[in-house]
Formats: sequence, structure tokens, C-alpha cells
Amino acid sequence: MSTIDRKTFMKLLWRHRKTGSLSRRDFMGLTGLGTASAVLAANMPGLLASRRAHAADLGDRVVLATWPNYHDPQNFETFAELTGVSSQVNVFGSNEEMLAKLQAGGSGWDVFVPTNYTITTYVDLDLIEPLDLSKLPNFVPDAYDSRFTEPGTVNGTVYAVPKNWGTTGYVVNSAKVTDNPTTWKAFWDLTMGPASGRTMVHDYQLTTIGNALKYYGYSFNSVDPKELADAEELLLKAKPHLFAINSDYQPSMRSGDAWMSMCWTGDGSQLHRDMPEMVYVLGREGGEIWSDFYAIPKGAEHPEAAYALINYLLDPEVNAREVMVHGYPSADSRTNDLLPEEMLNDPIMYPAAELLDPLEFGAATTLTDPLRAEILARFKAA
Amino acid sequence: MAKAQQSDGSRSVVTAMLLLPTTLWFLLLLVLPLVVILVFSLGERGPAGGYQPAFTLAQYANLPARLKAFTNTLTLAPLGTVLCLLFAYPLAYFLGVRASARAKPLLLALVVVPFWTSFLIRTYAWIFILGGRGIPALLAQFGLDDVRLINTPFAVLVGIVYGYLPLMVFPIYVSLEKLDKRLLEASADLGASPLRSFLQVTLPMSLPGIVTGCLLVFILLMGEYLIPAILGGGKVFFVGNALVDLFLQSRNWPFGSAVAVALVVIMLLAVTGYLYFASRGRRREDVSVI
Repeated sequence: MSTIDRKTFMKLLWRHRKTGSLSRRDFMGLTGLGTASAVLAANMPGLLASRRAHAADLGDRVVLATWPNYHDPQNFETFAELTGVSSQVNVFGSNEEMLAKLQAGGSGWDVFVPTNYTITTYVDLDLIEPLDLSKLPNFVPDAYDSRFTEPGTVNGTVYAVPKNWGTTGYVVNSAKVTDNPTTWKAFWDLTMGPASGRTMVHDYQLTTIGNALKYYGYSFNSVDPKELADAEELLLKAKPHLFAINSDYQPSMRSGDAWMSMCWTGDGSQLHRDMPEMVYVLGREGGEIWSDFYAIPKGAEHPEAAYALINYLLDPEVNAREVMVHGYPSADSRTNDLLPEEMLNDPIMYPAAELLDPLEFGAATTLTDPLRAEILARFKAA
Repeated sequence: MAKAQQSDGSRSVVTAMLLLPTTLWFLLLLVLPLVVILVFSLGERGPAGGYQPAFTLAQYANLPARLKAFTNTLTLAPLGTVLCLLFAYPLAYFLGVRASARAKPLLLALVVVPFWTSFLIRTYAWIFILGGRGIPALLAQFGLDDVRLINTPFAVLVGIVYGYLPLMVFPIYVSLEKLDKRLLEASADLGASPLRSFLQVTLPMSLPGIVTGCLLVFILLMGEYLIPAILGGGKVFFVGNALVDLFLQSRNWPFGSAVAVALVVIMLLAVTGYLYFASRGRRREDVSVI
């Protein structure tokens, strides 16, 4: 069996994620010895003779904790070619998961991607490094829409710089679900009705509980015990009708196993780009608007490489390539200047004002509220 | 005499030194963490998650909130063990009794081959086989529409049998391989049918392998996390998954510790009971233990 290099492996993996299926040849390549050697090569660089001279002060690797379908893999390749630093990308399903890893210690991350509402908690718990902006010349605050940069600054100190922003709605395969839903009420009713067994929700308490709260018209951020009890009742009632509880829903949507899923902007863009029947819906009752950030955890092993990676990804040209692939809107006007007109007019990326207005930014309390955490855990264990 | 005493003494020193690493390992990596978990299980969740010292049994009182995870584990783990046994026995029998000496090394190697690939990737592959474009699509060709396999207990059982089969095959194979063929000839000479020979000679002789294999598979299954997470879609939940959630999502270490302690207790009871009945059964058969 022949071995495959990392680039080919990523391409194959990418293709299979997109189509949800594999050709026999790809399957052999992905599952056989090819994988073993690719994984070995990626994790044990010492085993292979270094192919290029490394920039001495950056080291040879950087570990990034991020979200599914959130980057242009090619950018990491280019970064490795430019700096000799290879990026190890870890994907997570929720901010709680990220927080738990950092609280437990020894995460091994150099860069992570927290969402707006979590940053104050990271600061309180002393888990996040203040940023030395002199090492991030590509971060030019004036170029950004301030709504999406402000949460990165706590008590006057910048802890995080903006990656991109987005919304949380749901994606519908309109070839299978023909009801044209426009509300969260319709999402849950369809789940417990015609789309039974075909709906996915995030493995993420902020959005799954928040969007269940919207069914009753409560605030997305509610921590009121009575309102949360209503939300839990809905979740438990809907659970037998769900296809899965998973924040990585693209493969199942693409394969047709799932017809409807809670969905972030970029996944909506990516699905719609490849399959026009995939429709992204923002519940008219509201829901979440958010912005994600790049940050460096306390005790990062490769801080210099972390700064280099963040600065590289903030470069407007690099960022524009990211946006073209992940389909989340950028708050950076320099990046937007480089994007094609049709992307800037895309209703998935830039929803109409009347849909944006009722959306709420996540509140810090939702992250630490013990009841919310327990409700999601109970819902999953039910 | 003095010489003999001296050599006895040095022998016990050597024994102690040889056992030292194991003892340290045992104390540091098993007993100590267990003590930590016990202490944590009596505490409270910190304001931002984690552990906060306290002395309360509230966590144990809250255990019923994870009842479904326990019942799932306690039905699917034994069921998976039995299924593994049913699938593994014929294979082990063929390998140990029937396969030619020339083919045996190759066949044994084939049983091991799956271990060359990551368990994660092999389990992931079942998503495609059991997903809408896999077996259900095939069944649709024969008019069986809308068969859903993925994210069901069935899918989890398939993953269990697939993943754990070799662990059951090997112990049974080893006990069958030692089977003295002359016993079977004697049994046949005395007029026993092949079935009777199997039930009264082969099966009892392979019992130690069955006991070991079942124990191995069952204990690992009780702590299983990966297969339900991947093939259960977050819907078929094991205690292992509940633990991951409590530690890695809701950051409720005390409750997670209480769930872990409960799992350890249940497992100890189950394994002790199993070994007790297994040894009694074997004694009744009056077959010497290998």
C-alpha cells in the first residue's frame, strides 16, 4: 500500500467531509497504512528528517484549538512553507469543552478561538494571556466594526483579537422539508413532526438551550429556573425525534441522513454553496449573534509561533481566503475590500436588518450557570 | 544453614525490588487517583465549575439523574459481551481446532490486522456503512425503505462486536488450542455424538478462555465511550459518555466523581458475582482449570 503525503490526506479528508461518502480508493488511502504514516509524520516530526530550515525562534509547531469547518486548510500549508511551523488543528464542539480543557490544565494549545461571551470568564479564571499587540501588526483596530472587537478587551486590556462574526440559525434541506419554516417554533415543531428522526442540534448548551428558550419566546440568554425548566421539557420531548446531538452536522446534512440542523453562518454558506437546496434560516423570534476571537491561553508552549500564526491569519489577504472558504462574515473592512461583491451581498452572511435586530449576543452568565450546564448534560444522558 | 538463610534473604530482596515498580505504579496511578475521586465526590461544584471542598452526599443523591446512562450501559455491555462471544466462538474454534498448522499463523495475523489502524478511524468508517448511503441505500434497492441504522442501539452493538471481537477470539483460541484431540477420539469411541462431544468435552475445556474473554470485553465495555459517541450520535449514552460530559463540558467534577465511584462499585459487584458463578460452574463440571 502506498503512503500519502499530508496535503493529499487533507484533500481526501476534505472531499469526504464534503460529499459524506468515499470512493473505494480513497477509503483505502484514508483508512489503511497511508493514514498511519501520515498521522505518524504529523505527530512525530522528529521521526522524519526536517525538510526545511526552521526560523529558530518560532519552533516547528503550533497547536490551534478551533471549531469545525472554520479555516482554509491551504492557509496552514502556506504558513508552514513560510515559517517552518506546522499547525496542529484541534476541533471542538462547544465553548464549555474549551473552558473545561483549559481549567483542567495541560491543554497543550498555543492559540484558541473563544466566543465573545466567554472572554471575561477566561480573564477571571486567569486562563488567558494579555496580548502583546506589537507582535500583531496586522491587527488594526480602526479597520474593524467595533461591535465585534469590544468583547476582546476586558478592563482596558486586549486579550483577544477578532476572527469573524456570525449568527446561529438552522439549515433546512428544502428538498426534504418543504414547509419553508421561518421561526424557532417551526424548527421544534417540525422536529417533533414531519422531520422526526432527521433533525440535529448542537452539542452545545448556549445554542441548544438558547434556541429551545426561543420556542417560548424567552430570552436566548435566560438563566431563570422556570424558563429553563420549560426549555428542558421541550428538549426531553424532542430528544426521541432527533437524529443526533452533534456540533459537526455537515457530514450528516450532506449525506441526507439529517434534513435539518441548528447551524452557524459559515456551515450554512458552505452547505448552500455545494447544495443549493440547503436553506439557512434565522428564527424570526431571534437567537444568537456572536463574534469569535483569536487568543493565547496562559502557559502556551509555543507563544512566538502563536503570535506568528494569529498575525498571519489576520493578514487581509489570508483572511479573505479564509472567508472565501468558511463563509463567515469578517468584521475587518480591509478583508471585505478584497471579497467579491456577491459575497458581501450574500443573505446568509449578511442577513436582513429585521432578522438581525432581535438577535442577542451570548451573556457571560450562561457559560458558568450550573443549571444550564446540568440541563444539557441531563438532556444528553436522558 | 547460614548460607541457605542468606540466599533466602537476598531472594526476598530481589523479589521486593522486582515488585517495587509495580507497587509504586499501583499506588500512584490507581489507588491515589481513586482516593482523589472519592474525596471529590463528597465536594461541591465550584462557581465556574471544577471542585470546591465540602462534605456532602448531595452528589450521590443526584445519581438518579443519570439513571438512563447506567441502564444503557448495564444492558448494552452484557449484550455486547454475549454477542461477541457468539461471533467469536466459532472463529476461535476454527482457528484452534480445525485450521491447518500451515494456515494458522496467517489466519491469526488476519485477526490482528485491524489493530494496525486506529480504532477511531475504524469506528468512524461504520458511520458511512450504517449511514443513509450505506446499508439502508442497499436495502432500499430491495424495497425496504427508510431503514435507519446509524445512531441507534443496534449501531452501537455493531460497533462493539466489530471492535471487541479479537479480544474475545484470542483467549478462547488459546484454551481451544490446548485441547487434547485424543479426548475427542475417546469421546467418539465411547459412542458420543459430535454434538455431545462438543458439549461435554470441548466446551468445558474452553470455559477458562470464555470466562477470560467475557471478563476482558465486559470490563472494557462498561467504560466504553468512543463507540456510543460515534455510532450513537449522542443519543445512545453510556456512563462513559456521561462522565466525559460532566468533566469536559459541564465541569461538574464532584458529580462526575460520584458517577465514577458508582460505576466502579457496580463493576466490582458484577465482576465478583460473575467470577463466583463462573468458578462454581466450572467446579461442577469437574474440569481442571488450566
